Amino acid sequence: MMKVMKVDAIRNGTVIDHIPAGRVQRVLAILEPRETDVVMMGMNFSSKAMQKKDIIKIEGRELSQQEVNSIALIAPAAKVSIIRDFTVTSKSKVEIPEHIEGLLSCPNPKCISNAEPMVTRFKLIDVNGPELGCHYCERVFTADEMSHI
Amino acid sequence: MKNLISMRDLNAEKILELVALAESLEKDPSQIDLARRVMAAMFYEASTRTRMSFESAMKRLGGEVIAMVGTSGTSVEKGETLADTAKVMARYSDIIVMRHPLEGAARYVSEQVNVPVVNAGDGANQHPTQSLLDLYTIKKAQGTLEGLKLALVGDLKYGRTVHSLAYALAPFSPEFYFVSPRSLCMPAHILKDLTKRGVKFTEKKKIERIVDEIDIMYVTRIQRERFPDREEYEKVKNAYIITADLLQNARDNLKVLHPLPRVNEITTDVDSTKYAYYFDQAENGVYMRQAILATLLGVAK
Repeated sequence: MMKVMKVDAIRNGTVIDHIPAGRVQRVLAILEPRETDVVMMGMNFSSKAMQKKDIIKIEGRELSQQEVNSIALIAPAAKVSIIRDFTVTSKSKVEIPEHIEGLLSCPNPKCISNAEPMVTRFKLIDVNGPELGCHYCERVFTADEMSHI
Repeated sequence: MKNLISMRDLNAEKILELVALAESLEKDPSQIDLARRVMAAMFYEASTRTRMSFESAMKRLGGEVIAMVGTSGTSVEKGETLADTAKVMARYSDIIVMRHPLEGAARYVSEQVNVPVVNAGDGANQHPTQSLLDLYTIKKAQGTLEGLKLALVGDLKYGRTVHSLAYALAPFSPEFYFVSPRSLCMPAHILKDLTKRGVKFTEKKKIERIVDEIDIMYVTRIQRERFPDREEYEKVKNAYIITADLLQNARDNLKVLHPLPRVNEITTDVDSTKYAYYFDQAENGVYMRQAILATLLGVAK
C-alpha cells in the first residue's frame, strides 16, 4: 500500500513530531522561522500514544541544542528527526536538561533576575509538570507558567 | 562554608556546628578575635534589629562595621547595579551582610564578589540567620533539637520565619502543630514537602487545646494588610493572642518564642512568666551571628 502523507515530505531539515495538540504555535515561536524558511504545520493529527498531536516540519534547518531544550519544556514527549535527502538520519526524544541557563525568565516579579542585567538559572525539580526551580528566588514554577527570553 | 544564603544549603551537621559555636561564644567570646576585620552592612531596606544585632556581634568580637542603610543619597539612586555596588563594598570589607527587598539578591551578590556574603533577608525568600538563631534558642531552652513538639502560631501563609523554621527543624524529628486561621494556613507546597521529608504535623484552628502538649510555642504577628477583607481580619485578629492565663496548664518546660517586634499577639503579662523567652531569643541572635561571622571569616576554632 502506498504511504499517504498528509504533509509533504521534506528533502533536508527537521521534523518535530508528538507535540501535544494545541501547542504547535508555541513551538513555532521558539523556532522563530526566518522569512525564507519553508515550514509545514500540522494540527490535531491522530496519534496512538497521544490521541491527538501536532507536528512541524521545517525545511533546510537543523536545530541547536538550546532550541531542542526549549521545545522539551513545551512538548516533553516530542521526537526530533533530522532529515537529509528525504531520509531520516537521526531520531531523538527531547529531554529537559538538569540546568537551564539564560533561556527562561523568572515569573516572580520580585526575583532579582528580573531587576539586574544577569543570566537566569533554573534547576529541573520534577520532570512531570515539568517543574523548574529558580536558582535565585528559590521559587518553583511549572514550565507553562514561564516565558522564554 | 563560603557564604550563608539559604537554609537549603545547610545540612543538620552544619547547623549543629553553628549552634555549638554560638553556645561556646556565649560563654567565652574572647576565643575569637576579629580585630582589623571589617564587616560591610548593605541594607537596601530598613531593619533595625537584624542590623544592630550583626553590628553588636562584630564589635563584641573586636571587629569594625561600615554600613549602607537605605538607598537614599547612595550610588544606587544614581542607577548603579547591585553587582557594581557589591563589588565596591567587597573592596572595602572582609565580609558583606546584606538585606534586599528582591528575592535571590544575596545569592546573586555572592556570585559576584570574592568576600563571604551573609543573607540578612531577601524579600519573602530567606532569612537564614533568623532561622539559625531560632534553632540555637530552641536548643538552649530545651537542651536538644531532637523530637520536640512545637506549635507555630499566627500567620503561617506569608511568614517567612515559620517556613524556614519548619524546614530547619525537619532533620530533627519534630512534631508540629500549625495553628492559624484558614486564610493564613501553611502553604500546600510546604506541607507536601514536609510530608516527603517524613515530618509529622497537624493543622489546628485553635491554640487552647494543645497548650499542655507542647515544648515550644512560636508566635508570629497577624498583619492586617494580609487580609483582602477587613471583616475577615476582625474575626481572627484576637484568636491568637497569647496571655498568661492561656498558659496556665502549660508544661513546665514550655518556652514562648517570637521573632519580634510584637504588637498585641503576646500580652505583656506573659513577660514575667517562666515561659517568656522572646527577649532571650533576641539576645541569642548576637551569639549566633558571632558564630556565623567567625565561621565565614575562617577564624572559628
